[in-house]
Amino acid sequence: MNTNDDLPRIDRRVAIHWMLGATATLATRDAPLSAADAPIQAKGYGPDPVMVKAYKPGDVWPLTFSDAQRRTARALCDVIIPADDASPSASAVGVHDFMDEWISSPYPAQAGDRKTILDRLKWIDDEARKRFQKAFADLTLDQQTAICDDLASPNAKDKKAASFFKRYRDLTAGGYFTTPEGMKAIGYVGNMPSATFEGPPLEALKHVGLA
Amino acid sequence: MPVITADKLQDNYDVVIVGSGAGGGQTAYTLTMEGVKVLMLEAGRSFDPATEVAMFHTPNQAPLRGEKTPDKQYGFHDCSINSGWDIPGEPYTNAHAEEANHFRWWRQRMMGGRTNHWGRISLRNGPYDFKPRTRWGMGFDWPISYDDLAPYYDKVEMLIGVFGRNEGLENSPDSSPGVLQPAPKLRVGELYAQKHGKKVGAQVHSIHRAVLTRPQDAESLPKKLHPGNAKAQRLLADNMRSRSPCFWATDCHRGCAIRANYDSQTVHLRPAMASGNLDILPNAMAREVTVNKDGKATGITFIDKTTGREGHAKGRVVVLAAGAMESVRLLLNSGIANSSGKVGKYITDSVQSSLSAHIPAFEGMPIHNEDGAGGPHAYVPWTLLKENRNAQLGFPGGYHLEFTSGRQMPSLGVVNGIDGRAGSSSVLFGKKLKEEARRFYGCQLGFGGQGTMLPNDGCFTELDPTVKDQWGIPVLRFHWKWTDAELNLVKHQQQHIRDLLEALGGKVSKPETDPAKAIKQGGTVIHEVGGAIMGADAASSVTNAFSQTWDVKNLFMADGAPFASTADKNPTLTIMALAWRMADHLMDELKRQNI
Repeated sequence: MNTNDDLPRIDRRVAIHWMLGATATLATRDAPLSAADAPIQAKGYGPDPVMVKAYKPGDVWPLTFSDAQRRTARALCDVIIPADDASPSASAVGVHDFMDEWISSPYPAQAGDRKTILDRLKWIDDEARKRFQKAFADLTLDQQTAICDDLASPNAKDKKAASFFKRYRDLTAGGYFTTPEGMKAIGYVGNMPSATFEGPPLEALKHVGLA
Repeated sequence: MPVITADKLQDNYDVVIVGSGAGGGQTAYTLTMEGVKVLMLEAGRSFDPATEVAMFHTPNQAPLRGEKTPDKQYGFHDCSINSGWDIPGEPYTNAHAEEANHFRWWRQRMMGGRTNHWGRISLRNGPYDFKPRTRWGMGFDWPISYDDLAPYYDKVEMLIGVFGRNEGLENSPDSSPGVLQPAPKLRVGELYAQKHGKKVGAQVHSIHRAVLTRPQDAESLPKKLHPGNAKAQRLLADNMRSRSPCFWATDCHRGCAIRANYDSQTVHLRPAMASGNLDILPNAMAREVTVNKDGKATGITFIDKTTGREGHAKGRVVVLAAGAMESVRLLLNSGIANSSGKVGKYITDSVQSSLSAHIPAFEGMPIHNEDGAGGPHAYVPWTLLKENRNAQLGFPGGYHLEFTSGRQMPSLGVVNGIDGRAGSSSVLFGKKLKEEARRFYGCQLGFGGQGTMLPNDGCFTELDPTVKDQWGIPVLRFHWKWTDAELNLVKHQQQHIRDLLEALGGKVSKPETDPAKAIKQGGTVIHEVGGAIMGADAASSVTNAFSQTWDVKNLFMADGAPFASTADKNPTLTIMALAWRMADHLMDELKRQNI
């Protein structure tokens, strides 16, 4: 059962949407301050996308971040998920690009995040300059952590900034642990074909008192 | 005979089937193996599970990490295209303004229909499920008993391949010896619930799912299924040999390129096409059943979606298997088979709610691969039969519980709720976040309940008086109203799941005590059936015990539409068993020249 006789597939439609979106992005980049309010012009991937293709941010709709926004977003991602001996940092696996894709989404569910994140990326840079006289990305890890500690605290004075930080944390962590490197870091070792399924190993059964 | 375009339609077919899912697939298989010439219409496009499904892709290879969007309402890698509860150009309406009284209608516009996307859970209805009025004093008794359908359950299970164990449970029937494939070993969470669930009366057993755990027996099964029919035996054996058993990875909802699990194309349509007796016309949106002046069905009028032109397919017999509600819509738009006034009446769905908890005992468990057969290996069947003998629990029937557990492939929400679980009042980040994510991953265990629903007068569908779809076809308008029976069931379900989770040491964060809030909206479980129910007489039902409409003798229903109620079992296996039985009867009627 092949698809030769069927309706045209998505590719052409996506290409058109991408071109429309690209035009919108050029306009946005002329006035980065208003990016958070600029309506998304691009369309989604439609109801019949090619599922087997491996997509990356920017493949289906154009991205939004200016260079400055991208730098701040990247630095914030890495404060949230730093590298350690066993696994890479968030930016090393492109989580900041996912963040850009997320806030550039044409779907309604991401519209709120778009405004919040674009507004707050500017805010966090302003905060960094106010406290340490440098952009957030140029601060030391201790300085960055000091700002984030305040946002993460249950006593955070600026509740909106705090709720932004939690949302950004959730997206960063989710974006990270859904990559192969992140899966390894969290302890997911599936997605590997095998001739047999042996059930839980003895150590796992012992761990919960079943052996 | 192949997948065709509208200009290649033959002048006449023995049987025209609308829909290519479980019911249409089974009907086409049964008929074509016996030499009947069949045309199948499918509203969606052709779809190739061998090349189009994304089995091993990780979420970072999909837009938005594969999260649900209006375009892909079960997520990007889910095996559903041009599908959803809301499809542009294909509206339906709800008669009541209140959200609680809305029905949501999933449509799956692709070759193979909804069989591309399901959990493959294949439980038989039990004897009581066919006789709810006799057993619980409510609903309608089906005009068939379990014994009528049992041989067909065996046949379907042998054909599609179902793993499971015969556990000797009351009203959750065993299969005949040698029918089931071996059940896979249980996962840690399933075993842990098996041990500790007993404290609260929850019995954990191997579930039955349509997934091959070993190669099918291509020597003996075809002979059992098609005695004396050498050609059918050969075609089936060839198809069985083309299927690989499960390779213990990837979620079944993504589809299966190695053909280890059942979908309609893999099991039904491939051998049916190989018989040379099946034409399939994709992109054909059925508009109505045509009838002649004698009241006999003559075929189907359809819209060819590739050209927008209307066409007509002629057949001696018409079988509707478009999905229960779509088939009901066809009957209503055709103005036929409705002398009882019951077309569209008595829609039911599984009564579902869910609850999950963090299980501290699982923290720090040695890392291991729990993918298994791409879905649950165990379930909690309904065993409180004595306690609910006369519906004294406040509802008829019961419910089974399905697991969501294990170290599944992480999704975007994998750290949701982590701060509270870690006892942190601040938002975790940095090295600490990574440590805690690792510690808590895989420690969540949950259950979804699937319960009995008997028909009520508040759940039905009719034609909307004004709204039409993009092809000008009048659309359905739904009425939905839960009764105390469903709300009481969900209340019991929530309490039982909570007790069970607590017996496992779990802390349920926010238990929902209002059943009206806990119950899943009508249609969202995608188990809706009824609307053209079978019954003992033409005054109170739409079809006879063989899913043959009382009014139009050469018109049959082969999806969930003839269900007279929803059991505490998932409907797909029963749809196939009913369709096979219906198709046998259809051929008898053709031979006797009754139709």
